[in-house]
Parts: sequence; C-alpha cells; structure tokens
Amino acid sequence: MHELSVAAAVLDTVVRHAGGRRVTLVRLRVGELRQVVPDSLELYFGLVTRGTACEGARLEQELVAARLRCGACTHEWRPGGPAFRCPECGAGGATVLTGDELEVHSLVVGGPVAACPEPAEEAQWTRS
Amino acid sequence: MDEVVNVHRHVLEHNDATAKQNRADFDEAGVRVVNLMSAPGAGKTSLLERALPMLAGVRVGVLEGDVQSSLDADRMRALDVPVSLVNTDVTFAGECHLDAAMVRSGLVDLPLADLDLLVVENVGNLVCPAEFTIGEHRRAMVFSVTEGEEKPLKYPLMFRTCDLVVVNKMDLLPHLDFDLDLFLDNLDAVHPDVPHQLLSARTGEGVRCFAAWLSETAGA
Repeated sequence: MHELSVAAAVLDTVVRHAGGRRVTLVRLRVGELRQVVPDSLELYFGLVTRGTACEGARLEQELVAARLRCGACTHEWRPGGPAFRCPECGAGGATVLTGDELEVHSLVVGGPVAACPEPAEEAQWTRS
Repeated sequence: MDEVVNVHRHVLEHNDATAKQNRADFDEAGVRVVNLMSAPGAGKTSLLERALPMLAGVRVGVLEGDVQSSLDADRMRALDVPVSLVNTDVTFAGECHLDAAMVRSGLVDLPLADLDLLVVENVGNLVCPAEFTIGEHRRAMVFSVTEGEEKPLKYPLMFRTCDLVVVNKMDLLPHLDFDLDLFLDNLDAVHPDVPHQLLSARTGEGVRCFAAWLSETAGA
C-alpha cells in the first residue's frame, strides 16, 4: 500500500509538469532506502493513471544505490542492508549521500489530451 | 511530436510545501507538534490516555487520524482536551497515513494559539506515515514487543526518521519469546543512538518518561 501512495504522488507531480499534454513515458529515480517495490509501483501507477493524461504511460524506474558518509571520520560506504553505524569508527549520525531519492526525472509528452476516456464503470455491489 | 520534459522534482514536493505552511502556522501560534506513529494496535491511544493527564501546565491538543470511526477521538475527548478528527475514508480515499494537506484540513477545528503542544496521532501503519512530513517538530513511534525483534530491519524508514522510539507492552515480556537485546541491536543498526523508552501503557510503568519527553518538546 506504500506503493499506492507513491504512485498517486508521482501522478500528481507528472500532471503538474505535463502542461495538459498526453504523457507516454515517465522516468523515475528511486533510492534503494525508499523501500519501493518496482513491480508493485508499476501496478499501482497503471491503476491511478486510468482516465488521466498519463493513462497507458510507461514507467521507467532507475534504482539508485545507497551511499553513506560518516559524520565523525568521513568514511564513505555502501551499506549492505539497513546498517547505518560507521563500519570504520563505529559512530552513528551518518549522512545519506544517495539512496533517499524519490524523484520524477523526466517525461515524454505527445500531443494535447483531446478527451480523457471515461473511467471504467464501477462494479455495483449489492447485498444478496 | 514527442517532447522530453525535464522535471527533476521530488515526488513528494507538493506535500513538503504544504508541510512547510503547516510548520509556519504552528510556529506563529507558538505550538510544538509531535507526529506519533506506529503499527495498528501498538498502543498509541492507550499511551496518550496515560501520559496526557501527567502534563502539568502544558496545554495540549490532539489531532486524530484514522481511516474510519471516532473511537480513538472519543477516548481523547474524554481527557477533556481539544480534539480534531480526520477520517481518511471520507475525503481522502481511505488513505493509510496522514499527509500534510489532511493535517491542514484538521487544524481548523483546533485552537492552535491556545495550545503549547499538539500531538498528531497518525494512522496505524509502519510504512506510509514515515514518507509524509506534516510540518511536525518531532517524530515519535510506538513499537510494541508483540511485533517482533526484526521490525526495524523490515521497516527501516520509520525507525530511521523518528526522534524517539517508545517500546510498549513491556508488561507482556515474561509471556513472550521477544528478545529485547536483539531488538535494540536491530534498532541501533538502523538508527544509531536514537533514544528509546521502555514502558507499559497498560500498567503505567515508565509512562512518566514519555510524558517528560512531551513536556520537553512543548518547551515546558
């Protein structure tokens, strides 16, 4: 469900920058510390974009590796998993250099959105 | 025909902008804000029921976030403090967290200028609430020992972004296989040197420490 929130926020950002044109490709940069599951994000992106200028747009996700710097000894390392204590001097308080990204890098847009297709008809749930 | 639009924007920038507005309003009103997060059932509401009456001289209000129901808000109102309820299913599509705009919508029901401390009880969830800043000054999370030692490793973003970890339900420890030392080691790996408090909201043991942390946050 985390990915649903992220997908909705991606759509929000994309629509703000698409200038009313149809979007065919969205390029994302996702840091590995963000705990985003790529397949799950793609699935939800497909759902939240229905009936919008992004409907049918492809989602490209670039995974950005984590890199930390120790505040005490300036040692830099790539953590294998969630380990934020400096492996050299043992200090806490590391700075995240990369890995926290959650960024819309760029879009590919086509012509103007003529008319949004109607959203699929909602299922009508009735008590039997 | 096709054109590339360079964006280079953080996905949550819109939320972060609203969070900044909230923060400016909090600071203007002179109220300090705690974002209280946890998994469902960890004991946020029970902890507040115990801790808030201990806050002598601190004018406190609560903003309750829940997907549905006023159950927790009613428990807070029973403490005779100002309470605002945001149900995320009504206008926010059943969201599993509070974001800055939802909090903003709930602020109109609170006398901010008359408060020293506002506690925002977030929707129970270990993932999404950690992503969305709401303009808070401090973040605390309630972890309960029934959840298992490995949770910091599974949900590092939550444990990494909070200023205090409350370990609740300590009274249950004799009945569980929970290894407290292993949990604290895992917590230290994810968030070195983060302060933690061991307590039981049920028996009240240790809750005074949490109340003191709230008082200190309020600047009292």
